[in-house]
Amino acid sequence: MTEPILCTPDETFVLNLGPQHPATHGVLRVKLTMDGEYIVEAEPVLGYIHRMHEKMAENGTFAQFMPNTPRMDYLSALSFNQGYCMAVERAAGIEVPERAEYIRTITVELNRISSHLLWWGAFILDLGGFTPLLYAFDDREKILDLLEHVTGSRLTYCYYRFGGVYNDIDDEFITGTREFIKRLRSRMPTLYHDLVTGNIILIKRLKDIGHISPEVCRKYGATGPVLRGSGIEYDVRKNEPYSIYPELDFDIPHYPEGDCMARYMVRMDEIEQSLRIIEQSLDKLPGGPVQAKVPKTLKPPAGDCYAAVEAAKGTFGCRLICDGDKGPYRLKLRSPCFSNLSLFGEIAEGMLLADALAVMGSLDLVIPEIDR
Amino acid sequence: MSIIRETKWALLELFPEQKATEAEAEVAAWNKIIADARAKAEAEEAAKAKAAAKAAEKAGEKTEAAEKAPEEAPPPEAAPAEETAPAEEEPVPEMDPEGDPPVSIEPESPRPLGVLVRDYKARGVHLDVLCSPDQVVEAAKLLTGAGYFLESVTGVDWIKEEQMEVDYDFNRTDGPLCRVVVRTRLPRSAPEVPTVSDICPGAGWHERETHDFFGIKFIGHPYLVPILLPEDADYHPLLKDFTP
Amino acid sequence: MDTSIWRPILYLIGVMAFAGVNAAWLGWCERKGAGHIQRRIGPKEVGPYGLLQPLADGIKLMTKQLLVPQGVDGILFRVAPVLAMIPAITSMVAIPFSATFHARPIELSVLLIFALASIGMMAILLGGWASNNKYSLISAARSVSQNVAYEIPMLITVITIVMLSGSMNLEEIALQQKGGFWNWYIFPIAGQSIAQAIIMPVSFLIFFTCSVAETNRAPFDMAEAESELIAGHMTEYGSMGFGLFMMGEYLNIVVGACLTAILFFGGWDSPLPFIPSGVLWFVLKIYLLIFTFIWIRWTYPRTQIYKLLNLSWKILIPFSLAILLLTAVFIKIEGILI
Repeated sequence: MTEPILCTPDETFVLNLGPQHPATHGVLRVKLTMDGEYIVEAEPVLGYIHRMHEKMAENGTFAQFMPNTPRMDYLSALSFNQGYCMAVERAAGIEVPERAEYIRTITVELNRISSHLLWWGAFILDLGGFTPLLYAFDDREKILDLLEHVTGSRLTYCYYRFGGVYNDIDDEFITGTREFIKRLRSRMPTLYHDLVTGNIILIKRLKDIGHISPEVCRKYGATGPVLRGSGIEYDVRKNEPYSIYPELDFDIPHYPEGDCMARYMVRMDEIEQSLRIIEQSLDKLPGGPVQAKVPKTLKPPAGDCYAAVEAAKGTFGCRLICDGDKGPYRLKLRSPCFSNLSLFGEIAEGMLLADALAVMGSLDLVIPEIDR
Repeated sequence: MSIIRETKWALLELFPEQKATEAEAEVAAWNKIIADARAKAEAEEAAKAKAAAKAAEKAGEKTEAAEKAPEEAPPPEAAPAEETAPAEEEPVPEMDPEGDPPVSIEPESPRPLGVLVRDYKARGVHLDVLCSPDQVVEAAKLLTGAGYFLESVTGVDWIKEEQMEVDYDFNRTDGPLCRVVVRTRLPRSAPEVPTVSDICPGAGWHERETHDFFGIKFIGHPYLVPILLPEDADYHPLLKDFTP
Repeated sequence: MDTSIWRPILYLIGVMAFAGVNAAWLGWCERKGAGHIQRRIGPKEVGPYGLLQPLADGIKLMTKQLLVPQGVDGILFRVAPVLAMIPAITSMVAIPFSATFHARPIELSVLLIFALASIGMMAILLGGWASNNKYSLISAARSVSQNVAYEIPMLITVITIVMLSGSMNLEEIALQQKGGFWNWYIFPIAGQSIAQAIIMPVSFLIFFTCSVAETNRAPFDMAEAESELIAGHMTEYGSMGFGLFMMGEYLNIVVGACLTAILFFGGWDSPLPFIPSGVLWFVLKIYLLIFTFIWIRWTYPRTQIYKLLNLSWKILIPFSLAILLLTAVFIKIEGILI
């Protein structure tokens, strides 16, 4: 994987896939050594939109870093928001009110659905099907409207605060969410599964393509749907319960095949599970405050802590090291796609270009989050 | 046995001194439990002397079982669960062989090498290992062998102490949760640590990233070139004395 | 036959106009069709219903500079787009729009059209080769293997038709199917022979699949698979170079639809005998077929090049050969019986 590429053999040529390429969904470059259409070696080259978020964190206070988190994974911004909040809350020993936890769960799961919907559209686009993207955007638009109503923004939500959320949800949001659940439930089987999942071309493109074994996942630290698509039932929400997830009844979809189809199905099932989670949280939504009493300037005691959440793409971890000051001494952001992409070099070997791109699509990469 | 306890004793292999003291402490704790259990059983026996004969017999069995335990106890992995009936029936808060080990007391700074059990609620990790740089590979081998995977690598620049720290976060995907962080401290003037990328290939990128940001050299890394920074970057932005 | 000089000139103008209008407005049709399939409205700003959009696009493309990148083979690079357009227009000459409405009756028109179609493929090959771009090169290699693979079953299917009709003249083939839709080659009911009744629908499917592949349309658009090869052979082309490639593609679709209409749908024949036949029926048929092309493109994801080739070599070619053989046997049996 990390060997320098020596492109001396006469039969191979180097193909720079990216940094501007329709299939990399951002500025990712993959240096491919090709033998005809077969990939001999693939080396992802990162860092085209590296912004050094970790240094920015060190330069400001805890609250000042908050708007940076949604700008990493802009598709599931709230997960990153939540991960960072949890790390700071853990360090400062802040208890979050129950209602706030419920609101966090509802919004973060809505965000997860919107992320999966976008992935779904973009993935089919990678495979050459244009129309599903628009259908997915149609549903995603509804989520964006709902989230805009409570958070005030449509993409890079910065909604959570240390010890709660920025503002309470209202009836309009609740009825809107319930309507959305009904709508998506009615559209999933026909529009999503009949039109696309059952399509013979799609099945041929995805089945038995890009096997990722559980061992490879473990070697590279892959998490999220990639890991679950390899048959390992691991989800931070279940294995390391946080927020109110232990009180909710939901399944962790996992498929043992480890091919692109398995990863596809995991995400499709996750949409349904997220709908279940939202429904239950709405039913159980307690009253009370949405924000705990938190001092204006946080000064957590010196020491370090780690907090992990299940973002739409996998485990997002925050290692927060404090020295008793107003801002983090060091903040390490463990982004899921960074690890998920690192296995690409190994599995792409010997693959056809078109299949490798299908695999890359099935990893659900968000480049700003990899580059941070 | 609890996975945290199991991992802790596996990791203590790296620190024979701490292992010896911990084992001693464990034995002492065991003896205390047994003594307590025996005292309790005796007290019960005395109290129930007038009660039915069955109850008395049962209490006697318990004492027998408790008497057997002391010989088995010293290496706590070997402490067999079935023979620790008293502890099972009457949970002793300080020492539960089935449950998680108690949270270690915060050591004085600077912290000595060794394994600490952390309060998960407050720290987000269960085990906290501080080892010397040359023990990192051994620790990684131990943990990957025990079913762990490397989740992330973090560098920290402790400029006041003239030291660099590298944290390796390990996690597992199966069974109960146990997060382990392996730390090592390096001199700031020449930060070098052996690579673990041959044990967990996923570390390759994380180490490249840490090399980018801190200039920490991972000895034996096959391809230590900038990953997030430009190809020709010769600066390390996360150093505390970095000026752009 | 009228041999005056005016007739060819008039027809030439007619064909050119038909080709030009189609090449331009099919782009509009495609975008509008895609829009409605995707639950949006498509072009709407320029002119009513966006009808003048092709003009705006044309002006934009024509006023842009044709950029010839460094290191390309200049001559081939410039020739390729022209080559994409010429064979498609030339094929129009051989297509009979109705019994009396054609540019030039050619005895071997089937052969001519297929010969020209093969030249059309050269445009992609030359464009991809001359561009000095690896994506274009891969695209060129793909399109050659794809065209070679799909021309074979297509030709075999056409031979079946030629055997049935006993002619290589498109006009003659169309005339044989006149007198109502049950006489068309595609329908299995009351055909002119048993062979037609049983196997022609399969034959039509093979032919249609091949024509989708031959025109490089999704789901077989391997040559310009934009999520893999960016724009394939067109990556380095801008302005009218790109425009000509696009127009060539649409004209190929028109030619493909015309051929399908004549070979399987009775050409200009009206579906019921009491409705007069004529050029309108022909136009209606080809636009329905073109709509099917668009519909397929915006519904299915792309196949993968090796699976595409496997489909041709392992399924379509054996099937078309079997059909050819069966047709021959049936015709022979009928010959003996009658």
